[in-house]
Amino acid sequence: MSEDYRSMWAELGMDLAGHDALLGVLGKAYQDIYLFQKERPEGMAYFDFVMSEVHGLRIKELLDEKAAGRKIIGSYCVFVPEEIVLAANATLIGLCSGADFATEEVEKLLPRNTCALIKSAFGFKIGKVCPYLESADMIVGENTCDGKKKAYESLGDLVDNLYVMDLPQVKSINGRQLLKAEYLRFKTAVEDLTGVAITADSLRQAIRTVNAKRAAIHRLCALRKASPTPISGLDALLTNQVSFYDNPARFTASVNTICDELEQGIADNIGVFPAGTPRILIAGCPQAVPNWKLPMIVESAGAVIVGEESCVGERGTRNLTVESGQTIDEMLEAIVERYFQVDCAIFTPNQERLIHIEEMVAAYKADGVIHYGLQFCQPYLMESIPVEKALEEMNIPCLRIETDYSMEDMGQLKTRVEAFVEQITS
Amino acid sequence: MRNRFAGIDIGSRTIELVIVDVSGNILLSRQSDTGFDPMAEAKRMTEGVAYDRIMATGYGRNLYEIAFDAQTVTEIKAHATGARFYFPQARAILDIGGQDSKAVALYENGKVKKFEMNDRCAAGTGKFMEIMARNLGYDIGRFGWAALLAEKDLAISSMCTVFAESEVTSLIARGENRSEISRGLHLSVIRRAVAMIQRVSSEGPIVFTGGVANNPCMRALLAEKLGRGILVPEQPQFAGALGAALLARGEG
Repeated sequence: MSEDYRSMWAELGMDLAGHDALLGVLGKAYQDIYLFQKERPEGMAYFDFVMSEVHGLRIKELLDEKAAGRKIIGSYCVFVPEEIVLAANATLIGLCSGADFATEEVEKLLPRNTCALIKSAFGFKIGKVCPYLESADMIVGENTCDGKKKAYESLGDLVDNLYVMDLPQVKSINGRQLLKAEYLRFKTAVEDLTGVAITADSLRQAIRTVNAKRAAIHRLCALRKASPTPISGLDALLTNQVSFYDNPARFTASVNTICDELEQGIADNIGVFPAGTPRILIAGCPQAVPNWKLPMIVESAGAVIVGEESCVGERGTRNLTVESGQTIDEMLEAIVERYFQVDCAIFTPNQERLIHIEEMVAAYKADGVIHYGLQFCQPYLMESIPVEKALEEMNIPCLRIETDYSMEDMGQLKTRVEAFVEQITS
Repeated sequence: MRNRFAGIDIGSRTIELVIVDVSGNILLSRQSDTGFDPMAEAKRMTEGVAYDRIMATGYGRNLYEIAFDAQTVTEIKAHATGARFYFPQARAILDIGGQDSKAVALYENGKVKKFEMNDRCAAGTGKFMEIMARNLGYDIGRFGWAALLAEKDLAISSMCTVFAESEVTSLIARGENRSEISRGLHLSVIRRAVAMIQRVSSEGPIVFTGGVANNPCMRALLAEKLGRGILVPEQPQFAGALGAALLARGEG
């Protein structure tokens, strides 16, 4: 990234030395993991560019939007409805991060046995290395797992613009009412922040924009069903990760461009891995940038990832919002309906998630499932045991992985993943 | 003419090399300490040894692959193949090596059905046993025999090597019998191994491989706690290297 951005980062109050170190690690990892791949689709050049400018040009765009009076809202969860944010003329950005930073400082505020995702969010704040976080006019926390909801109490001491959204934990009528009430409260908060009242027209347009983004991702997912697989799991994950940062309309166009290319590749029987390569579905915790550890191990062990059952994956993008609503209330109902189906492990019971995993195994012709659990993530680690049991009863091999963002367990993970690939190779 | 196939198992504590002929007869087997430079040690072990193809396994396999242009296989598949060579009906394997332990369940045809491995530390492995033996003043070869002499069970609750060491120190200070402390330590490892085996396999005999399978108290306690037959190959520490050699030959 060019020198021009240094004054921009300094004005955001960031720690330039720490940020340089972070970008150094990120750039090296991207080089080794992404640019090292062979036969990548040409359309990935756009995503390479976005990643190379992830703290540069994209931040400049956001700051230009801010200068023009638009507000930036950051979130840590796919339950925060982008439709409402866009309809009030604001921009939604995902703040979750996938790298350890300032861990010793973080552990003064959070217990050591807190998951890496939460610690990372704190580390990026304490270390002042995330320009998205520093640009945000409002930071939305949400009551999902116990770790996050208690951590937001402490995050509130570090930032002055935290808004906490409550979420249901049961898919009941009461749960749905709670979600609707919280979305209404959020709508008011966003309108107060922007000074823009949401209208039926602005909400309809926002629903269309977000639907188009999700539909493009659905299209890309569907292409991964082909054999040979036209895109690596690493690249598909990256497009999904970028969806949390990028301008929605430009992102949608870029994903559709890559889909056109992949469709042609499939017609010509071109794949990034040979036909017959073992196909793996990843299920479990989200993988935020730059957490590419597991997919890198899987795809260098001679297998290909064909789908992610994850918040940065189909759990986050499944289902479109019905567009037929005329009034604001009808459209809000449709938004609630769409988000209430997200099968996050904070819900109990959460049978839908298992059904979705089984559906994905069949749809993507997966030979096995790797259940990805972040250490100390109680909800997903708890679910991993019944998920494994159910899959094995259906003769679908399953490997449960429990790890964090560190590289200490690379050797053990490689051995497990390679043995799993040997196991599912016919 | 391809007729000598090598398997090298580069573990955290030791390296094993096995050469088999086309019929699977073992022509050579040797073991050495891994030391601080595993590749130099591996090179030294293979010097002057003729083979047509070599397969590497163990935690050093990827380094070996890069340094010597070998094929690789995981320890899981290598141990499964080695165990099946001695016991063709085997459906479950427990391997306790220097730095990790694993339980493997096999299909009838020998393919891996499911496996479990221990976590990121030395708990319940050969290294744990070595450290505890040393604390009690035993040579590792005598540790198991000493434990067999114990007359009562002593509970050792810590699995962590560091905590277990201090637990042992306080037991010694309390005047507990060395044999009984030894048995307690063996039991703590076996409890973990039994749980791991039971997660992958619920019935039938277990093939016990890895250096820890040489320990008579481990074998006895495993049989007792599992209530299942225990089969131990003649030189259990060579099972991984043998499996790799057999896979180099083109098996599995």
